[in-house]
Amino acid sequence: MSGISFGQYYPARSLLHRLDPRIKIILTLLYIICSFMCKNIISYALLLFSAIILVIIGRVPVRIILKGLKGVLFILLFTAVLNIFWTTGDSLLWQWKFISIYAEGLYAALFIMIRISVLIIGTGMLLTYTTTPIALTNAIEDLLSPLKKLHVPVHSFAMMMTIALRFIPTLSEECERIMTAQKARGADFSSGGLIQRAKALIPVLIPLFVSAFNRAGDLATAMECRCYNGGEGRTRMNVRHLRFVDFIPLIVIIAFGAGLITLNILGIGYTA
Amino acid sequence: MSEPFIKIENLSYLYEDDSVDNSPALEGLSLEITKGEFVAVLGHNGSGKSTLAKLLNMILTPTKGKIIIDGKDITSEALSDDDVLSLRRTVGMVFQNPDNQLVATIVEDDVAFGLENLGIPSDEIRRRVDEALSDFGMLEYAKHEPHRLSGGQKQRVAIAGVMAMRPECVIFDESTAMLDPLGRKEVLDSILKLNREKQVTVIMITHYMDEAALADRIVVLNDGKMLIDGTPSEVFEKERMLLDAGLAIPQCTELVHRLRDSGIVLDGDCVDLDDCVELIANSIKII
Ligand SMILES: Nc1ncnc2c1ncn2[C@@H]1O[C@H](COP(=O)(O)OP(=O)(O)O)[C@@H](O)[C@H]1O
Ligand SMILES: [Mg+2]
Repeated sequence: MSGISFGQYYPARSLLHRLDPRIKIILTLLYIICSFMCKNIISYALLLFSAIILVIIGRVPVRIILKGLKGVLFILLFTAVLNIFWTTGDSLLWQWKFISIYAEGLYAALFIMIRISVLIIGTGMLLTYTTTPIALTNAIEDLLSPLKKLHVPVHSFAMMMTIALRFIPTLSEECERIMTAQKARGADFSSGGLIQRAKALIPVLIPLFVSAFNRAGDLATAMECRCYNGGEGRTRMNVRHLRFVDFIPLIVIIAFGAGLITLNILGIGYTA
Repeated sequence: MSEPFIKIENLSYLYEDDSVDNSPALEGLSLEITKGEFVAVLGHNGSGKSTLAKLLNMILTPTKGKIIIDGKDITSEALSDDDVLSLRRTVGMVFQNPDNQLVATIVEDDVAFGLENLGIPSDEIRRRVDEALSDFGMLEYAKHEPHRLSGGQKQRVAIAGVMAMRPECVIFDESTAMLDPLGRKEVLDSILKLNREKQVTVIMITHYMDEAALADRIVVLNDGKMLIDGTPSEVFEKERMLLDAGLAIPQCTELVHRLRDSGIVLDGDCVDLDDCVELIANSIKII
């Protein structure tokens, strides 16, 4: 449980850390779109390269990145295997009984692995590792603030997110503590079938929920005591003004996307 | 002496959903607290200490009685939202569980939270946050995540968050109860500091006798009623009453009492270890 480093801020001094969070959110969206525009081997190579560049600019240790990827290792391998065995094509490489592997399958597996890894690394580098959750939440609130006119409770959602982020580590620590306590009483979380394991979790979840509700009540009181009464009339300690340099990354990513499209059109190298 | 800063008159509170026994959590409590005073509130679990704190902060509304803070009747019907905000700005509160009162994911953002709610301009917020953090020795942790701090440090962040709002009175509801000895000392030092240096009125709820001994005055609650009100030495003299209220006097005071009971002459009050050492040393010298 303590291994959920994915999505945790990594404090460092870098260009990415300094970039305006609003720009970073837009960049992330564009980056995701870019990753889906990749069609051939060169564009995938470029995509992977861009992710590496992001890691370098963001000054986040590779160890942290790998830890984040470890969390999705199963999904990565699963989709890869699925692609290897289920993709059919023209160039059969190997066959045994009903199992046949095509070169296209290998490519597809490689591509999907690159795409998933890059999505994780990219969103991590552009958002979660380099932006404090609170800055992120504020940025989302800013970007969605036009919706306030339509009476969408943007501030409330932002507040909810902040609190959720604030309490994830606290609750996961607590969960670990309860699990240890139940293990000491002879609970077994690691054997038996799925249903048995799920049942073993009930004595963990119930105290966890009770405690979460207690915490929520306490927190609400504490927030009230500190004069919180919704988003009305609130100011912020950190107000950011967009400068011209903030827009440069947007130009870069648009150029990157244009490059990927050009590669698709040219169709150099293996194309999926 | 002019008007008291806080004036509580015949205050009662009954939890509506308290179906188990219908005795009020607070009953007929009257109390006056002057500006700059350091009052400890003692009482066993369930004696109504937290209820009192919540009433003072308008989290709860009294069933009966009156509370006047800084000349304003906070129990009157005609109170506007702005009055409530201004009261909460005047009277800050620090709670027991350090984890359940920090809202933001970064220390300095949390300290800024109250100020942001008040709609204070950003550069002023920045200034006050830095000031509050450095006052309580947390400036170097400004960019840290609260959950990585020790209990004592978290409480100091909470204190900084309250103090940034420049309150005139701070209520500590067992704010040291969940801390280790080191954390307790950190928090007590901070409390003393804000009382002595910043002249903030402090109401410290606790069930540690040695902590209560630090205060100018101790108020003992028992089952929602006022039991004793006096200076630490006056209160600790009433050992019998305290025991009946489920409280024990500090060990050093008890030692002095027992020595006296066995015929040794010890002149003076004893509320903490230093007093005790001095008294015994003096009596040895006489011999
Ligand atoms: N939310 C609540 N609902 C009902 N009864 C409560 C509630 N909170 C406290 N009480 C009751 O009020 C009494 C005083 O509680 P409290 O003020 O929390 O005591 P203390 O802080 O001194 O331990 C207790 O008997 C408790 O059971
Ligand atoms: Mg209490």
